Amino acid sequence: MILTFPKGGVHPPDNKLSAGSPIQVLPVPGTVTIPLSQHLGAPAEPLVKKGDSVITGQLIAKGCGFISANIHSSVTGTVARIDRLPDSSGYRRLMVVINTGKDDWQEGIDTSPRIIKNITATGGEIIKKTLAAGIVGLGGAAFPSHVKLSVPKGKKADILIINGVECEPCLTSDHRLMLEKGEEMIIGIQLIMKALDVKKAVIGIENNKPDAIKHLNSILKEYEGVTVQPLKVKYPQGAEKQLIKAVTGREVPSGKLPIETGAVVHNVGTAFAIYEAIQKNKPLIERVITVTGKNVANPSNFLVRIGTPVASLIEAAGGVPEDTGKVVNGGPMMGKALNSLDIPVTKGTSGILLIPESESSRRPAENCIRCARCVSICPMGLEPYLLSAASENKKWEMVESEHVLDCMECGSCSYICPSARPLLDYIRLGKSTVSHIIRARKQ
Amino acid sequence: MDKLITVSPSPHYYGNEDVKKLMYGVVYALLPALLVSVYFFGIGAIIVTGISIVSCMAFEYLIQKHLLKTKPSVTDGSALVTGLLLAFNLPSNLPWWIIVIGALVAIGVGKMTFGGLGNNPFNPALVGRVFLLVSFPVQMTSWPAPVVSRLRYADAETGATPLGVVKEGLEAGVPFSRLLDQIPGYLELFAGYMPGSLGEISAVALIAGGIFMIARKIITWHIPVSILLTVFVFTGIIWLINPYDNADPVFHLLSGGLMLGAIYMATDYVTSPMTPRGMWIFGTGIGIITVAIRLFGAYPEGVSFAILIMNAFVPLINKYVKPVRFGEEVKYG
Amino acid sequence: MGTAAALILFLVARKFHVEEDPRIEQVENELPSANCGGCGYPGCRAFAEALVKSDDISDLNCPVSDSESMAKIASILGKEMAERDPVVAVVRCNGTPGHRTRTSIYNGAESCTIASSLYTGERGCPHGCLGMGECVEACNFDAIHMNPDTMLPEVTDDMCTGCNACVLACPRDIIELRKKNKKERKIYIACINEEKGGVARKNCRVACIGCGKCVKVCKFDAITLENNLAYIDAEKCKLCRKCAPECPTDAILEINFPVKKKVKEEVQ
Repeated sequence: MILTFPKGGVHPPDNKLSAGSPIQVLPVPGTVTIPLSQHLGAPAEPLVKKGDSVITGQLIAKGCGFISANIHSSVTGTVARIDRLPDSSGYRRLMVVINTGKDDWQEGIDTSPRIIKNITATGGEIIKKTLAAGIVGLGGAAFPSHVKLSVPKGKKADILIINGVECEPCLTSDHRLMLEKGEEMIIGIQLIMKALDVKKAVIGIENNKPDAIKHLNSILKEYEGVTVQPLKVKYPQGAEKQLIKAVTGREVPSGKLPIETGAVVHNVGTAFAIYEAIQKNKPLIERVITVTGKNVANPSNFLVRIGTPVASLIEAAGGVPEDTGKVVNGGPMMGKALNSLDIPVTKGTSGILLIPESESSRRPAENCIRCARCVSICPMGLEPYLLSAASENKKWEMVESEHVLDCMECGSCSYICPSARPLLDYIRLGKSTVSHIIRARKQ
Repeated sequence: MDKLITVSPSPHYYGNEDVKKLMYGVVYALLPALLVSVYFFGIGAIIVTGISIVSCMAFEYLIQKHLLKTKPSVTDGSALVTGLLLAFNLPSNLPWWIIVIGALVAIGVGKMTFGGLGNNPFNPALVGRVFLLVSFPVQMTSWPAPVVSRLRYADAETGATPLGVVKEGLEAGVPFSRLLDQIPGYLELFAGYMPGSLGEISAVALIAGGIFMIARKIITWHIPVSILLTVFVFTGIIWLINPYDNADPVFHLLSGGLMLGAIYMATDYVTSPMTPRGMWIFGTGIGIITVAIRLFGAYPEGVSFAILIMNAFVPLINKYVKPVRFGEEVKYG
Repeated sequence: MGTAAALILFLVARKFHVEEDPRIEQVENELPSANCGGCGYPGCRAFAEALVKSDDISDLNCPVSDSESMAKIASILGKEMAERDPVVAVVRCNGTPGHRTRTSIYNGAESCTIASSLYTGERGCPHGCLGMGECVEACNFDAIHMNPDTMLPEVTDDMCTGCNACVLACPRDIIELRKKNKKERKIYIACINEEKGGVARKNCRVACIGCGKCVKVCKFDAITLENNLAYIDAEKCKLCRKCAPECPTDAILEINFPVKKKVKEEVQ
């Protein structure tokens, strides 16, 4: 049966132009710039200094605290400098710049294409190695994965959901990964199941990827406890809470974590990264990234070293098209617009989207005509028109009491609004202001 | 890249619906009813509709440009819809100057005083219509008879609406079964062969437009269905109790401005609730008030008043009837 | 019937009558009743209540009132009121279009806070003014306006009450309340960029590059250098104007001073 989440949702155009393009390995660039904060949580602490030689896979920065992640060198070479450099928002953050030399790998890393099916690691070892390998959620939010592998005390996980939805239009990196590294990914799933001590895993895939569903089903005959669940195409199905609802029918209570329902969600890319970390001893130093756009010469999927400049990625896909008006890091619904192409690829980069000038700016906003479209499509059951207006008028108490913190910023409201109002802009403002107010209140 | 690139908050895709498309969708949905009206009332329907649309749009433009000094948004189609709906609520023999006054009240008082599109608490076309109904009761209730006056405008032959005939008859003590001879048959009522406001007559054309709007997702089904259902059930109960002194529910559905009101006037975005549950409350309220006015009030028809009354409750409904949040009522764990 | 209603009303009024400190009324009358919120209370009434209630009022201050009326309030309450110098809002950014080039087009809600949380802004400076006028909106006294040429907010000194609203509104903390001087004169560093010199200069031609020349030249220890940024303490500054000519990037602004003789000659 084909499932989906019941409340709200929109249907933006799919535009998955690079779905048929196999993953190509992007050559190692001359220099890489590796940010020390590529994940949710505290930035990592650098372990190297200017002039040090590093080797691919070497730990160069250590995560600080529970919610943080290790960072490894993605190339072999010498550290040119450790400096504050612009990130995707233009603000400067600490980054390690490495000039690359020969592409040697640290000893113990298995770079052969051999698939290792035999799982020897215990659950505890899997979590430890995931932490050591610096793995974060590769779906976009970049939440450190070891945190999600450790079930909190008093809670019990009974189902693992693997997110192969890729509900963002344009992006195809997860799709290609499922097609080309399906078996590795499934071994990764087995590893996660062992760490979480669950017997059941479901891979949720939207049925606009029938080839991936078919391919995985053919492999899954050998593996127990893992099934594929086709899902109806609807945005934002890849959101954690919506995916749990779609697959299991369970609803994460407002303000609570998904573990309340006994479900844990990991992305397909994360499952593959965990496979590589445990079975091949390889830390997270590269990932698959889609480069696409209407006028891009060759919309492609690349296997890219972390720290590669965005510009060289676009170059490999045929260069920046003449009429490009906007460059987005991520998908068109939740991605972040860049103001420079000289920023590096991070662990959380799932795609680079080049939008033509004609589609890059919004229509001027008109009056709200109270058509209630935003209310009917909000997957969280909120009233975006009200939240947005309250936030615009700085009525923070009302913003809070209307449950702004439930908003996951999926952008469906701004997408659907016939008056082109910047609903999410103001809701986001309200959300961050209210979080500050709540934090201040607690102190 | 030497060109400046745009940076904006997500999302970077925008839907292809805009206010203009939605408004023109309503206009397309109203066209069949307009054609039926032109068929039955002829030249009068064309003149009244034309004057109403032109004056509504002109007033909107003039007020925005010269009084409010804002950029005129007359092309967004909302004044066109108001003009069309106002015309649909008027008899097709109404003198031109009354129509212009109605348009001024609808746009000037009903819409612009509150800040223009999106801010008006009451349906502008209905504000105009009700103003005219209380100010010019004679002209507003002399309904041209269908077909016979196709080529006449101000001097059209007039007749009473079926609702008027029935109300008067029942009040005089004539049983409903005997009154049926004095009004058109139900099939004729369904098609629109009766005296009445120019756009309200043809149930079949209005329903067709309604289905078009629901299919195109311009409106949702909640408000029309809840109003029609409430009227049907309410009048049905009363008819079952006393079929001798009361009209049957099918007659109530097909006569007067109920279809026009339920499908086009009550569903006005600005003046209707935001949630499906709120829409049900709103529609049920309109249904009850309409029937109450028709059966117990002084006027034979009450749809306009019912919608305006319920419009006033919309802010209250929006405040207290909230959508069910995700994770609000947890059925698991 | 009417008598009964009157009786009920009378009794209710008696029962719910609240004895109020008459001084609240008196204090409120002395306050400007602008309800600007500059004092940190929701309005003048609430502030008056706070003044009457608290024993030590030296921390409470109405930034809008002059010292005379504050002294009056102190005498009504019989409490000590701290003496305060009048202050004025100063915009510490001089990033006009001529000084910083535009690097992108912002296309979102017209709000500095939203733009600032999204990215560094159209002109690339992570500390500079975003020019969407949230400070202008916040001002209750019509004292701050956007200059269409410089695309920066400008404060009209004699309208500014120093209520702090614009300071709170600016997401980048560009606006500062500084001591008022004679003839509205002021000297300040019109930059809050804490990046290293090279980076700061790349963003803006008149950025403070943290060279420290001004610190050396100041005789009154009024200038400090921290995080690549110099700061002139308005309390210590004697308006001697020694620092401004030293600045290699013209980041120090002198406002409302007569033109120096030397400069005059050079111009001629």
